[in-house]
Amino acid sequence: MDNSTIALSVIFGIVLISSIVGLYAGGRYKMNLEQWTVAGRGFGLILVWLLMAGEIYTTFAFLGASGWAYSRGGPTLYIMAYLTLAYVFSFYFLPQIWEVGKKFGMQTQSDFFHVRYGSKNLAAVASLIGVVFIIPYLQLQLTGLGIIVEVASFGGISRVTAMLVAFGLVAAFVFVSGVRAVAWISVIKDFLMLFAAFFIGIGLPYMYFGGIGEMFTALVNAKPTHITMPGATKAMGHSWYITTVLLTSFGFYMWPHLFSATFTAKNNNTLRKNAVIMPLYTITMPLIFFVGFTAILVVPGLANGDMALLTIVQKSYSPWFLGVIGAAGALTAMVPAAILILAAAALFAKNFYRPMISPGMTDDQVAKLAKVLVIVITLIALYLAIYSATTLVNLLLLGYAGVTQFLPGVLFGLYWKRVNKAGVFTGLVTGISVVAFLVLTKQDPFYGINAGFFALCVNFVVTIAVSLMTKTEVNPFNDVPAPANEAKGSA
Amino acid sequence: MHKPSLQSILIGLIPFVAMCFTVVLWDRVHPFVLGLPFNIFWIILWILITPIIMSFAYRSERTRIDAQDSEMKGGA
Repeated sequence: MDNSTIALSVIFGIVLISSIVGLYAGGRYKMNLEQWTVAGRGFGLILVWLLMAGEIYTTFAFLGASGWAYSRGGPTLYIMAYLTLAYVFSFYFLPQIWEVGKKFGMQTQSDFFHVRYGSKNLAAVASLIGVVFIIPYLQLQLTGLGIIVEVASFGGISRVTAMLVAFGLVAAFVFVSGVRAVAWISVIKDFLMLFAAFFIGIGLPYMYFGGIGEMFTALVNAKPTHITMPGATKAMGHSWYITTVLLTSFGFYMWPHLFSATFTAKNNNTLRKNAVIMPLYTITMPLIFFVGFTAILVVPGLANGDMALLTIVQKSYSPWFLGVIGAAGALTAMVPAAILILAAAALFAKNFYRPMISPGMTDDQVAKLAKVLVIVITLIALYLAIYSATTLVNLLLLGYAGVTQFLPGVLFGLYWKRVNKAGVFTGLVTGISVVAFLVLTKQDPFYGINAGFFALCVNFVVTIAVSLMTKTEVNPFNDVPAPANEAKGSA
Repeated sequence: MHKPSLQSILIGLIPFVAMCFTVVLWDRVHPFVLGLPFNIFWIILWILITPIIMSFAYRSERTRIDAQDSEMKGGA
């Protein structure tokens, strides 16, 4: 067997076994809409942890982060900081979202907007924005998967063919088993990812420099300014770092799929514990960075930094090991992709199509429509991934800048009585418009600060101002008496 | 709904100060600690410290919420 056959067989075998495990785990439950989207709200600490870890550590963490360490240096530290701080921040509002979610039977992020602000139009707008910004994130996973198969085949298989095969698999397993399959397949993915991170994160610096410390010494001697900010960039200094860390850590759980993962938890205490232990999972990130930093001196001059991790693995290890690393990478693309597709389909069917176009639909019909949408959404992302070339980081930052605009509506919705739908609607639309304008006119960073963060500040000001200028509305979270089972749910 | 207490919020601010707002102070290469440039060492250190700090926030919240809930049950 030649090198590419070995590497690809290993990747395909691991992906296939994982898919079977996922399908088997999910197949034992009867799938209604609630089971399919939020797994019947029955996940304990371990499964919620796995599900969230499964969603969080995407191809971006694997290829994009090492790619940034390689091509930009210092600014890449923002990734470790924001992941850790996102969990810290989640401690102060996810348990509360779970409480209101349980009380009002919420399944999606837009359900939150619908219940809190009593407006199906606001919920429909929120669902559209959610779906629109999920698509670049999905495109990111597809592009990453394409890179993996391309490198693993030693150039023999085209990126397009690879993406078609893998996403056929993802769509198939989303179809059959929903969120449970994804949580279980995350187990395999997390083990592989941990193994890969430790093995190559420590192994590669040793192989070429005799140690991590020696690698950094060599790097600092060769490129004294690469590791500190702004590194190899011009505009990514400390003010960019602070605003980007704030934007992305605040915005993290504003992703519709992460927001709705909250509802899979058995109780709100699961989410508090989860927030405490999740930062430990970030510990794999420095190891991924070590690979990117090692690659600077070992495989210099790559045009696309996203290729750095796989290129150095291909150069340094035998083909079957490239297959194992490739499989870890492929699963880090496929698992989050499955969740993103699931979230986008449920959002669109439940919060846009049913209320706006066909109000008479039953839950079963919504579930059927969501399954059709799985195919449609996958195809759109596939089309974009094939026909537009952008780096992984740019896709991620665009998505973050968009979804973070939900923050005022969510936080004020929980904690400020005076906020109303006019305020949230105006703030959201203004925020999205500012983001779109600054990104499309290439003004990000905007005077040294993250454009999404600037838009978020405008959004907050507009939300507050318009809410204060318009009438106070009923707040169902406070004004409706709690059902008798609330105390039980939080115990 | 159980709103977070001021005490727990203040605890949560500590990692934000350490990893985000003070970047000017620690974003440098020297001194190397444990073979790592100082900024990378600092971030890794805080990834490890943060769960410990948040476990204090957790304890403070749990005690308060349990007290609230038993009060609610007693009143009903």
